[in-house]
Amino acid sequence: MMKLKIYRPVIACVVLVVLLQVVLSVTGAIYYMTQVTMAAYYALVVIGLCLLMGYAGQISLGHAGFFAIGGYTSGALTTCNLFAYRDTSLVSWFRSAGLVLEWQDIYGADIVSFSPWVALVVALILTGLIAFLIGLPVIRLKGQYLAMATLGFGLIIYRVVLGVHVFGQADGISNVPPFRLMGGLEVNGRPHFRVQNYYIAWAVVIVAMVLAINLVNSRVGRALRSIHQSEEAAHSLGINTYRYKLATFVLSALFAAVGGVLLTHYNGSIGPSEVTVIKSIRYVTIVAVGGMANLWGVLLMGIILNFLSLRGVFGTYDDAVFGAILIAMMLFAPDGLLRMPQLRMLSSIVSRRSHG
Amino acid sequence: MYAFVEKNVENTIVIFKLDDVTQAVNTLNKKGISVLTESMVQNLDLYNVRKEITMGKQFTRILCVLVAGFVLSSSGCKKSDEAPPLKVGAIFAVTGGASFLGAPEAKTAEMFVDKINSAGGINGLKVQLIVKDSGGKPENAISLAKQLIDEEKVLAIIGPSTSGETMAIKNICQEGKTILLSCAAAEDIVNPVASYVFKTPQKDSDAVRWIFKTMKDKGISKVGVITSNDGFGIAGNAQLAKLAPDNGITIAISEAYDKQETDLTGVLTKLKGQDVQAVINWSIVPAQSLVAKNMKQIGLNVPLFQSHGFGNIKYVQAGGEAANGTIFPCGRLLVAEVLPNDHPQKTVLVGYKKDYEARYKEDTSTFGGHAYDALLILTEAIKKARSGDRDKIRDAIENLKGIVGTAGVFNFSSVDHNGLALDAFEMLTVKDGKFAIYEK
Amino acid sequence: MNFPQIVQYCLSGITVGSIYAIVAVGFNIIYNTTGIINFAQGEFLIVGAMTAISLCRIVPLPVAIVLAVLVTTALGGLVEIVFIRRVSNASVLRLIVITIGISIIIREAMLHIWDEKVRSLPYFTGTAVSSVTVLGAYISPQVLWVLGVSSIIVTGLTLFFRFTLTGRAMRACADDRMAARLCGINDRWMVTLSFMLSAAIGALAGCVISPVTQTQYDMGAPLAIKGFTVAILGGLGNSMASVAAGLFLGLMEAFMMSQFEVAYKEAISIVILLLILMFRPSGIFTRREVSDLRTL
Repeated sequence: MMKLKIYRPVIACVVLVVLLQVVLSVTGAIYYMTQVTMAAYYALVVIGLCLLMGYAGQISLGHAGFFAIGGYTSGALTTCNLFAYRDTSLVSWFRSAGLVLEWQDIYGADIVSFSPWVALVVALILTGLIAFLIGLPVIRLKGQYLAMATLGFGLIIYRVVLGVHVFGQADGISNVPPFRLMGGLEVNGRPHFRVQNYYIAWAVVIVAMVLAINLVNSRVGRALRSIHQSEEAAHSLGINTYRYKLATFVLSALFAAVGGVLLTHYNGSIGPSEVTVIKSIRYVTIVAVGGMANLWGVLLMGIILNFLSLRGVFGTYDDAVFGAILIAMMLFAPDGLLRMPQLRMLSSIVSRRSHG
Repeated sequence: MYAFVEKNVENTIVIFKLDDVTQAVNTLNKKGISVLTESMVQNLDLYNVRKEITMGKQFTRILCVLVAGFVLSSSGCKKSDEAPPLKVGAIFAVTGGASFLGAPEAKTAEMFVDKINSAGGINGLKVQLIVKDSGGKPENAISLAKQLIDEEKVLAIIGPSTSGETMAIKNICQEGKTILLSCAAAEDIVNPVASYVFKTPQKDSDAVRWIFKTMKDKGISKVGVITSNDGFGIAGNAQLAKLAPDNGITIAISEAYDKQETDLTGVLTKLKGQDVQAVINWSIVPAQSLVAKNMKQIGLNVPLFQSHGFGNIKYVQAGGEAANGTIFPCGRLLVAEVLPNDHPQKTVLVGYKKDYEARYKEDTSTFGGHAYDALLILTEAIKKARSGDRDKIRDAIENLKGIVGTAGVFNFSSVDHNGLALDAFEMLTVKDGKFAIYEK
Repeated sequence: MNFPQIVQYCLSGITVGSIYAIVAVGFNIIYNTTGIINFAQGEFLIVGAMTAISLCRIVPLPVAIVLAVLVTTALGGLVEIVFIRRVSNASVLRLIVITIGISIIIREAMLHIWDEKVRSLPYFTGTAVSSVTVLGAYISPQVLWVLGVSSIIVTGLTLFFRFTLTGRAMRACADDRMAARLCGINDRWMVTLSFMLSAAIGALAGCVISPVTQTQYDMGAPLAIKGFTVAILGGLGNSMASVAAGLFLGLMEAFMMSQFEVAYKEAISIVILLLILMFRPSGIFTRREVSDLRTL
């Protein structure tokens, strides 16, 4: 019985997503979908980070780096032009195996590049490997050390991306082709694909949320929560805290990479500004504001804050707003906005039914 | 049945085997020791799951409120009786790492539009300028460009300030059939040519040609090049390397440094070791002033050539005495007063300088001038086309000739979407803390 | 490479290394007393420099510097009292997040108070073009000031912690807060003092490096990151080791720069950081039981 109840918010979410789309289309405010779609892809990063921070109790100050590994791998592989080598044996093999796309960019040049599916797989493998290698030695240590290590990791990725020619250096990668999924669906930023992309993004987010909820409510999730509450207790109950923390770290990295790949194809470009320390800190802020262990709160805050930021609502105070929210949350509502005592009272007034 | 007992004073963990749990728990609690049993963990669990379901309901309610908010805000449109203004969008990096570009550009744009409107507008219609701050981030520029094109349905977008952002939105503007007049310098922006995309800053390659020409006149043939690792520095580096052989210059050593670098003595020591006859620095603030100072401090007393990024008197002031003698190609804005009265650009430059300094009480920079030129080109094209139709205006831009701007005199064509040539630059130098025209 | 060139690189490395060392020493003071990693450490340097720059137009330079140090010290104390004290029993995670938030707020406040332009203090002695010769290498006299002030700060702190009552009280808090409190030491005040002390030395360092590196509102974060690297390199909490580690890193960077492309210089310090964290988290110069560093 409990199993079905935990999915109720998912259904509510789906309903609301559809409702939002209908409302926006009907009122002619359809262009808001662009920012909501972008915010949804960023939300993938924070969902993963929420699992890491809220459930495994670890902090990552370099999650933008995993996002970038996903985005840049995909961007580089789908824009590297093998046209000149199309008759060599290696590339011909690629072509026959269906691993490459042959297309023309808007200037009419012929391009042969890797298919986005290939790029996605490579990105995921690369991210998983790197996260595993970083986490392996460092997760054993106290929280400060993982924070430093992930900070260092984020900086290395930034330097690599800024210095290597194939990643476009300071100007980043542009002209990234759309990601053709099955049956005519495409991850594409163009206006007439807007509604389609809105649903694609939300579908991915909902799948991610379902995965996360499943994880959290399974044995693994309970183990993680007990680790967060008291590591010694969990350890003495026989839980291999190290393994679970490492697994969560790698999983959160993978979520971020998927967000990176999809957003790069949606935007058609990616740049070094996606890998800065400031971006990583933003993701941490969103998790903190949403309530460290509250998946839905984090999703909601992620969508709202990123949406407002992308629309330029905060103006020149963009970073200051995030900083102020971060401090306010940590001081006054460490369990997140939705669990503040005042709001809880409000919700208990509104919610008539209690669960025994 | 085991119970876990939290750390006692000696920092050890004690585990008891018990027969009667409740009694044991009570005894331990009385002694001030907290006890956690397996069933407690499970109950804790249930409690948390219950909380999450309630959270889910809260989430639902809050989302409903937000949707309602969207509906209300998007249905609140004002209807106006006036003739619809000409909407022009602008994306500038007013804050963030490129603010030395975006802030003067935004100020210039607002000043220009106010002036046009107070003179009655164009073809009788007022101009409405919508300025957005991208913070120098391409993903924000993309989101803002889509907003301007789809929602505000602007005629044209002025900016962005940096090459990275421009390349990110180039395709979006082209496919959205919206004119883009970029204030960024990369050659990629107009090469390959996209019919709706233009740029106003001068060509890097022309700046390089001027530097090499001046060097040849001074008899310099062996140089050291240092560039920053941002888009501008990398582009400059590429042009320097490409054009050096044809101009008789040997680049003995070329190094790239991080744009945030605070101490360049190490890099310059490397150059000193190669006995170079001159140093070319291609970067933006703050490295420009730093190079000048560090060179003098380590005793590298050769001429310093800079790029056209040296476009503000503040960089001279930051360099103090060390900035004297720097030679660089630049737009003539910095020496507007000393130009001969019959120079075609004099009126425009002096006028812009006076207005800007009077209104904003700060020194002009060549960067703000790029926004001025962009708006000038746009408004001239609208006047010529006598229409608010994007395609007609675009065609008009391509046919503009002899437009006198701050960066030079513009002559567009269907294959030249930049419009400036070698004569847009003037070789300048710094004398006694002020800009002066470089005399051979 | 001839001898004067080697001296030049060494001097460049030591200068930059001593700046890193000062930031790391600031961290360690706070870390020792509270276990918190203060991400806002870099901002103290910049606030000090910016304040001094604004003041030196009204008052003579030495007075401006003293006032700037006082103002920043007050800021440090304020930060502790308003933000840190309330959450003194929070988890590591929360504390790290709070100090990050503080650094963002301070930086944005600086942006809006002073704007984004690059400024610098006037040179303490000489001008932008003066140069002195040391063993055949040419340096600006300001570099000697940086080295001198850094040494004074480190020596002063060592004496303070070893010989004064307050210094020993702070060390007691670092060792075992509960025991210190039992001895009658006001540990809360010690925490505030540690923040104020870190802010003071940060401000002084910021002022002395300002003519050399120029000052811009967002320079705090890269300095802080280098500072952590050095602190971890030496061993978190060990101030003398930080100084050694700072000089080591500075010299390493200068060496890398002389042999390879300058562009790799930044990457070196980060790679060193990651290697240390993976293989010797207690730091090069500190011997510590790895079990002390582990959670479990």
